[in-house]
Amino acid sequence: MSQSESQMERLDTADMVDVVDPEAVLGKSPTQLALGRFRRDKLSMVSFVVVAVYTIGALLAPLLVKIGFLKPELQHQNLLNVSLGSIPKTHFGGASWSHPLGVVPGTGVDVMSRLWYGITFSLTIALAASLVAIVIGTVLGIVSGFAGGIVDAVIGRLVDLTLSFPQTLMLLALSSAGVVACAKFLPGSASDPLANGFYEVLVLGLFGWPPITRLIRGQVLTIREREFVEAARLFGASKGRIYFKEILPNLWAPVLVSFTLTMPAYISAEAALSYLGVGIHPPTPTLGNVLTDSINYSVADFSYFFYPALLIAIVVVSFNLLGDGLRDALDPKADR
Amino acid sequence: MSHIDVAVPDPDQSAVLVQVPDGTGNAASQLDPNARPVLTVKDLQMYFPVHSGGIIRRTVGHVQAVDGVSFQVPAGGSVGLVGESGCGKSTTGRLITRLYKPTAGSINFEGTEIAEMSQRQLMPLRREIQMIFQDPATSLNPRHTVGAIVGAPLLIHNVLPKDKVLPRVQELLEIVGLNPEHYNRYPHEFSGGQRQRIGIARALTLQPKLLVADEPVSALDVSIQAQVINLLQDVQKEFGIGFLFIAHDLAIVRHFCPEVAVMYLGKIVEIADRETLYTRAHHPYTQALLSAVPDVKQAAIGGRRERIRLTGDVPSPINPPSGCRFRTRCWLAQDICAQVEPPLMQIGPRHKVACHFAGELGKHPTTPVTTSPAVAAAASDPGFASTWFEVTTGQPTGG
Repeated sequence: MSQSESQMERLDTADMVDVVDPEAVLGKSPTQLALGRFRRDKLSMVSFVVVAVYTIGALLAPLLVKIGFLKPELQHQNLLNVSLGSIPKTHFGGASWSHPLGVVPGTGVDVMSRLWYGITFSLTIALAASLVAIVIGTVLGIVSGFAGGIVDAVIGRLVDLTLSFPQTLMLLALSSAGVVACAKFLPGSASDPLANGFYEVLVLGLFGWPPITRLIRGQVLTIREREFVEAARLFGASKGRIYFKEILPNLWAPVLVSFTLTMPAYISAEAALSYLGVGIHPPTPTLGNVLTDSINYSVADFSYFFYPALLIAIVVVSFNLLGDGLRDALDPKADR
Repeated sequence: MSHIDVAVPDPDQSAVLVQVPDGTGNAASQLDPNARPVLTVKDLQMYFPVHSGGIIRRTVGHVQAVDGVSFQVPAGGSVGLVGESGCGKSTTGRLITRLYKPTAGSINFEGTEIAEMSQRQLMPLRREIQMIFQDPATSLNPRHTVGAIVGAPLLIHNVLPKDKVLPRVQELLEIVGLNPEHYNRYPHEFSGGQRQRIGIARALTLQPKLLVADEPVSALDVSIQAQVINLLQDVQKEFGIGFLFIAHDLAIVRHFCPEVAVMYLGKIVEIADRETLYTRAHHPYTQALLSAVPDVKQAAIGGRRERIRLTGDVPSPINPPSGCRFRTRCWLAQDICAQVEPPLMQIGPRHKVACHFAGELGKHPTTPVTTSPAVAAAASDPGFASTWFEVTTGQPTGG
């Protein structure tokens, strides 16, 4: 074949190589693109700020208690009207400059201190339970999706079994025995908040993983059929490399989204379980047990009931909106 | 191979013709009868078990995806594998790269039998056999940079110290015509054709001796297909890589492969060198496939090729027809076709056909071209048979 013919046959490929300033070619990863989308969504950003404020507040609270700014257990009996059933003397729950949200009826403890410190415990329980559920759910999901066959079937039935189990009932029925059992492995007695909190985290987490396993398994099933997994096998990549370097980076979006949607579920679950008497008991405050206590005064001292309810509602809604926003941002095809 | 009858295309026309490149002519894609085979496949078989539903899974049958396929790929040469969807061509490719373990048969790569090897034993051979995937959108991990994707084989096989990986990646990107500075970009920032180039760079990373290209251009725009095919030809010439080129586009296979095998329902029905297959195909299925190729040049001169329309669907590979698998759709089928399976018979120097009526050319349309006075006149020319396919201006050139 002559030279001219070979030139004829070949298309001009010069346009493939762009002239680009080498400094400017740093690629934007899918993560960075998702963050860009997230930032443009106002509602998500607002909910993110709210969640951030709660988180920072939760982190600061123990410090503030230590320096004496928050006094979640100091009683101010002088602010209570003993003749009227220990209701605060002034309006709005006895609000004053030193107690902006008032004081607790009956004990006279600063409401702001209890709620602020309570956020720390509530978020810690929700976070720990979410982590337990996410880790178990993700690992079992990956194994189930990848192994297939009998392993997949066994995990699938385990998911069904766990989902059909009456977990609230079990939490209640086994709570005293469970807490005592937990206390054996932990420092402190069974009445400590540590043992109670640990039991709550354990049960919430151990019953929370099945939906995540199902989600992750589905994702793995689609990803493992993608050709880049075959390409990795073709190089002789090890199973570990395929799981953790090829598949896992493609899973963190659903993991993150289910995390932000599990958190609010567990925050409200903590509140509900407090009402049923499970979990951390007073005097250690949680949003749940403060709310439970306030229900007794919902008519006599409405503001004491109002604040914890509002705080729980705000954090749950914000976390949910954050999760929705992340889901939209991480999945470009979900654009409306 | 005196088949240098590529019509000199005028530059305006070449843009139209890229989708049906006028094959031949290219030194690297010529058939060298003396080339030693890099890959010899013999009686390759892949049966996928079909399970019943329910709790107790019983095997109720097998999908006979590949059933007794044999061919050779010469070192530095290329063999095309064509057939319609579901005929087992991609499965064959994945068997040769040992992504699947064959049910039976032998795959001999440079004297080593790899059909039965374990994944661990295959590890050193992974460097020698590589694959180019069909869909560049899914064959690149969206969460990895191009540098990580192309460099991964080097790290897995530990062939280069870590600080040498990046220069090598950039070198490879340059070979495939990408900007080497783009190594830290992500796949989604590239166009389809560029992504396929990344896939090619990855396949070349370990300097393989055999590349299985599984429909490497079928997911690309027609204008990009030519560029990628050109690139593959350059790569083949430069590195002397043997190609198994899987495709359903006959024109592209014709351009790329001096030897072509046609598959139907898991079996090779005809295998021949390029000229023979495209001009004197004996198997009715091959003829039907060829008649379905649109021909711009014929249309330009008012000619029209007789279109062979196959009726019916491809039978299920779980329960293929007895005897000849093509008989249910074949217009030549006789009783014998249902009873006796036609063997792949040698009917020419490099021409094998699996058809009971392969020799009886009279029963076949000798030339699928009809009408057009110019062509009809040329039909009496003995050289016509080899040129009907590439008439450009109504003046067929001699073969």
